[in-house]
Amino acid sequence: MKKAYLILENGTVFEGYKIGADKETVGEVVFTTGMCGYLETLTDPSYAGQIVVQTFPLIGNYGVIPQDFEGECAVKGYVVRTLCDAPSNFRSEYKLDEFLKQRGVCGICGIDTRRLTRIIREQGVMNGAICDGMISDLSAVKEYNVTGVVPLVSCREAYEKSALTEEKFRVALIDYGAKKSIIECLRARGCRVKVFPHGVSAETVLAYDPDGIMLSNGPGDPEENVCEIEQIKKLIGKKPLFGICLGHQLTALAMGGKTVKLKYGHHGANQPVSEIGTDRTYITSQNHNYAVVADSLAGVGKETFVNADDGSSEGVEYKGLNAFTVQFHPEANSGPHDTEFLFDRFLKMMEGCKNA
Amino acid sequence: MPKNEAIKKVLVIGSGPIVIGQAAEFDYAGAQACRVLKSQGINVVLANSNPATIMTDSALADEIYLEPLTEETIARIIEKERPDGLLAGLGGQTALTVAMQLYENGVLQKYGVKFLGSDIEAIKKAEDRESFKETMQKIGQPCVPSAIAHDVDAALAAAKDIGYPVIVRPAYTLGGSGGGIAQDAEELAKIAFTGLEMSPITQILVEKCISGWKEIEFETMRDAAGNVIAVCSMENFDPVGIHTGDSIVVAPTLTLSDKEFQMLRSASLDIISALGIVGGCNCQFALDPDSFEYAVIEVNPRVSRSSALASKATGYPIAKISTMLAIGYNLDEIKNEITGKTCALFEPALDYVVVKLPKWPFDKFIGSSRRLGTQMKATGEVMAIGQTFTEALMKAVRGVEINLDSLNAEPVSGDDILTRLGMQDDMRVFTVFEALKAGVTEETVHRITGIDGYFISCLKEAADLEKEIRENELTDALYLKAKKSGFPDTYIKRLTKAEKLPAFDYSYKMVDTCAAEFAAETPYFYSCADADCESRSISRSGKPVIMVLGSGPIRIGQGIEFDYSSVHCVWTLKEMGYDVVIVNNNPETVSTDYDTANRLYFEPLTEEDILNIVKVERPIGVVVAFGGQTAIKLAKTLDSAGVTILGTSAESIDIAEDRERFDAFLGSIDMKRPKAVSVESTEEALVAAKILGYPVLLRPSYVIGGQGMSVVRSADDLKTYMDAITRDISNSVLVDKYMPGTELEVDCISDGSTVLIPGIMEHIERAGIHSGDSIAVYPPYNLSETLTKKICDVSIKIARGLGTKGIVNIQYLVFENELYVIEVNPRASRTVPYISKVTGIPMIELASRVMLGERLADLGYKEGLAKSARYYAVKVPVFSFEKISDANSIMGPEMKSTGEVLGIGRTKAEALYKGLCASGIDVHTGKEPGKGILISVEDYDYSDAIKLAEKFTDLGMHIYATPDTAAAIRARGMEVTMAHNIWDNNDIYDLIETGKVNYVVYTGAVMDVSVGDFRLLYRKAMNAHIPCMTSIDTALALADVISASYDQKNTHLVDINH
Repeated sequence: MKKAYLILENGTVFEGYKIGADKETVGEVVFTTGMCGYLETLTDPSYAGQIVVQTFPLIGNYGVIPQDFEGECAVKGYVVRTLCDAPSNFRSEYKLDEFLKQRGVCGICGIDTRRLTRIIREQGVMNGAICDGMISDLSAVKEYNVTGVVPLVSCREAYEKSALTEEKFRVALIDYGAKKSIIECLRARGCRVKVFPHGVSAETVLAYDPDGIMLSNGPGDPEENVCEIEQIKKLIGKKPLFGICLGHQLTALAMGGKTVKLKYGHHGANQPVSEIGTDRTYITSQNHNYAVVADSLAGVGKETFVNADDGSSEGVEYKGLNAFTVQFHPEANSGPHDTEFLFDRFLKMMEGCKNA
Repeated sequence: MPKNEAIKKVLVIGSGPIVIGQAAEFDYAGAQACRVLKSQGINVVLANSNPATIMTDSALADEIYLEPLTEETIARIIEKERPDGLLAGLGGQTALTVAMQLYENGVLQKYGVKFLGSDIEAIKKAEDRESFKETMQKIGQPCVPSAIAHDVDAALAAAKDIGYPVIVRPAYTLGGSGGGIAQDAEELAKIAFTGLEMSPITQILVEKCISGWKEIEFETMRDAAGNVIAVCSMENFDPVGIHTGDSIVVAPTLTLSDKEFQMLRSASLDIISALGIVGGCNCQFALDPDSFEYAVIEVNPRVSRSSALASKATGYPIAKISTMLAIGYNLDEIKNEITGKTCALFEPALDYVVVKLPKWPFDKFIGSSRRLGTQMKATGEVMAIGQTFTEALMKAVRGVEINLDSLNAEPVSGDDILTRLGMQDDMRVFTVFEALKAGVTEETVHRITGIDGYFISCLKEAADLEKEIRENELTDALYLKAKKSGFPDTYIKRLTKAEKLPAFDYSYKMVDTCAAEFAAETPYFYSCADADCESRSISRSGKPVIMVLGSGPIRIGQGIEFDYSSVHCVWTLKEMGYDVVIVNNNPETVSTDYDTANRLYFEPLTEEDILNIVKVERPIGVVVAFGGQTAIKLAKTLDSAGVTILGTSAESIDIAEDRERFDAFLGSIDMKRPKAVSVESTEEALVAAKILGYPVLLRPSYVIGGQGMSVVRSADDLKTYMDAITRDISNSVLVDKYMPGTELEVDCISDGSTVLIPGIMEHIERAGIHSGDSIAVYPPYNLSETLTKKICDVSIKIARGLGTKGIVNIQYLVFENELYVIEVNPRASRTVPYISKVTGIPMIELASRVMLGERLADLGYKEGLAKSARYYAVKVPVFSFEKISDANSIMGPEMKSTGEVLGIGRTKAEALYKGLCASGIDVHTGKEPGKGILISVEDYDYSDAIKLAEKFTDLGMHIYATPDTAAAIRARGMEVTMAHNIWDNNDIYDLIETGKVNYVVYTGAVMDVSVGDFRLLYRKAMNAHIPCMTSIDTALALADVISASYDQKNTHLVDINH
């Protein structure tokens, strides 16, 4: 196996072996604590621009299952402790290493991923490079910035997907890097879904005359998406609206709120989220580096969900506007399906408006 | 919801004696529960008949009843104590069953006792197979096609519909007792019959056999608000068909994609929500490896062995949190103690792999079938943590104390490799490794065993690595690769030609519940071969460090009592101001709870592993005296490595353990041992036996728990023994003069000058039966003052002469009024917890303190025998022959019991009565018309048998006896009914089946052909719940108890805490 190095912008070096494509890369290093679901992680467009570290040490055990892909593989690099060379699963088609090669993603294995995770936890998210040799000048690594990523992962053209059951609603979904599961959760509930590219105008969306609008997840700094935020301003209140992850953050910005970059974000399948005003807390799937500042929406939006670990904002409801958004991923994949009921709430909201 | 303030006093029911299927995990759970309740200001009333537990310690509960865990007795405790609530979900099936009975019979309602945790209806829904199936159907969870049967015909009819093979699962039994897989109607008829007999409600489930499916478990929690979490997922290495307690288990699951994982996780959460569980619940699934089809196998609505494993595997304290939920809290109101920041409502993320490996008792039951199935046979288990499956497995294998440091094991049968691969036995993982080395393809191994290809490929990698090391020069890189795969140095040294191994230090990573996402505060470590060591970098108190070695897996001969001792030592040392480190690998125990010591190393107890921890911890000393043989056998290595052994020196330990040096020592203090000769061959043994005179006691020279010991009465028996033993053991054999006298036992604490004897115990059974299998009475009931004094004098001489600093256990024999020393164990013994509890003398605390230089006098204790306690205490052994049904259950020098109970009473008879009841023996009053006792003994036992017959005749019981025994009894003019021997006709079976006898007494040759007949007899009696005694002494004691007319209503309930 070929030697490789992961070099962090703070100068820390990890020596390991090259996996995937034989090239070098620079990206923002983030860790995810999910113990399975590496395929969904690798194909989650929200990871665009990032080098993803798996804290679970054994990756690739069940090989590659194309049905489980969530979207295009947009990661900049991949870091694992042990990559499985002999996968075993009835649906497995090939090895994970081949997948990485096909997608042109380079990675590194055989490193102490726990040490790496602790560094990111202590010092916050930082950039890193996967290279074939040592590099002395880290300026390129330090200068790297995850930017302009939404256009990279959004669809180019609008397309429509039919409902999987009897059609009840038409939903317009704005794709900032949407996971397939969001679309599938809607389709399974009788929604025809028209997927629009990120730059779609409010007018085009409304011209479709949807029963509801779905704002998808996506990568990067929410504040960058100035045009998209402008469109949301024009959409909110017009139709029932449900936002997930980046969709949640963009809605908050459209409503005059603020977002903030977290020290190392939430990436994993075990985050507890409490629903305010109830005694229920749910285990959720999460993948974000930015969060909405709850106070910044005072008087505009009501906080509905909060992270039970660190108190960060996890959901907002815009009273009277028929809009609610969440930071976590009710569509799961990977991760728990415990909050899928939010899609039912969205349907109820659409139904309420339709009948009104 | 916050705590329910109406609950001020809670009765906690423990799980009773250790039996297969119910081991130390319930002491761990129960101890956690008690501590939580006390910390919440709740008055804790505890009932548990097992004296070897930590939960029955004075510090853990307010009122403590070491009483039989029967409905009658618990009802009386409730009547006396009037608790507000009852917590039964932490005492295993035993506690749950008693609680259900109390509920069914209205006792809880009568005294207004609230059933805490999941409500009774929820438990019934989960436990009763019929209503469970109904509930599952309602929520759309698939069950395995099955049918309930109450008789054999119904079972056969059901199987016809379902299709063979079928699995039989009896209702309400421990560890799946009485179940099995039937390939056809003939097999089913047999298994169904046994299963129905074993089930207390005569109900079995006949179920489609889905062997080959993956077996997946989830440990889940639910609170009263409906919040649910899956704490841990687990995957069995072996596919469905082997009891999960007998399977190698990994956590988390390693072969499931997220789709499969989430499907089963959601199913388990749906199930506990539908059942309305409050607390912990275990859900087991079978998953078709070739589709998304799955089935719910079983749900345990309580903490279990799996939840203990899950707690240790993740750091999430399931029992503790379950208790909090039971008293009213919700999950989000409880803090995660490990991170100190996050809340208990989360799912742990692991960044390592855990492997559990069972510990089986087949070394004690030579000749018993090693085949594994739906009935659990393991007595204990080890857990290991690693970065890969292989690394963790390698640690587990060397930690389970089967004399292996690699996956290379000698086959136990001469069959060819493919045949052996098909055997579902305890050797399977080693057989797979052997097969892969021999060139059998991974596909073939998978086809034959059904083990997932992932695990097989891991083993293949290990086999390839072994080859690589053997065939190549050992470079630093190759050595590191081997270390990363968990290869110990001893193994690498055997493989390589290299004289010297490269320098290497293990690093230690933290178990923190969150994969390093949050800064953790709980120091719970495992080793790995990375460079970055978290243990070396955490902040320390600066206090001197002491390392305590634990006792490894629970096995026959080394049980929970050693964990009791280890934990007490840790507590004492902490109190004394030391920074205490514990090393152990048993996930079921209190010692491996992350907050028992200051730091926990979850590591195998081997030389290399321990010395590596020493390098990090640099302790001022290591304690080896409380971890049984596991710890004491490491003394020499540690000593030669320059590590200070605290307490009794390695030199003194060696004197006690080395027979020649020990004989010389005894000579120096003018004491005798039974005469013994060391022999190397059958011829020498015959000569020795002739000189000593039959009967003689034979044993291999280095043994634990009497392994391989036997009393032999003739030259023929001796030859049989020597033939059998020399096959297994290369060591010499010791021939002792067998003296059937009275055995006595003392534990002494010595500070080097003052020697304290907390108490003396006398065994009911004469010498020849292992002390662990004897009924032991405190204080002695038949010991003259002269002998008492002599025992004290000799004990003091031995303790002092050996230079004991700490604790020493001495076993004596009195034969023809002469005192002999049988053995000296320079460590805490099995009897320590019960003598501590009965006498109130904190033996381990004292032993720990004197080890560190304190003086007994300063601690308030004087030399010599302590004053006797107010009560008699009787330790009664408990066996697990229901689980190892083909084991030879005849008592002998080899220990066979898995656990023990204690009876405490004002008289010896009362204490013995309670002990017998607690051990599961029904003590019938003699006045039942037509009831009797069956006696079948060897000729050397006739005189005792006559005494026995007299006693039982006086009690109004009828005597039945086999022809020769009957003749001997009749010759004394007593009335006796002759029953033919088993090999002649069905007389004896008829007596048992028609309920004409309440007891069976049988003595016989241990090694001749009649053993097979005895096994059948024993099994019959066991199924009919008729005690079968193989020592006349036990039966004589029983007669005395019967004549004392105790019952469960008239005994005196003893709260040992007041």
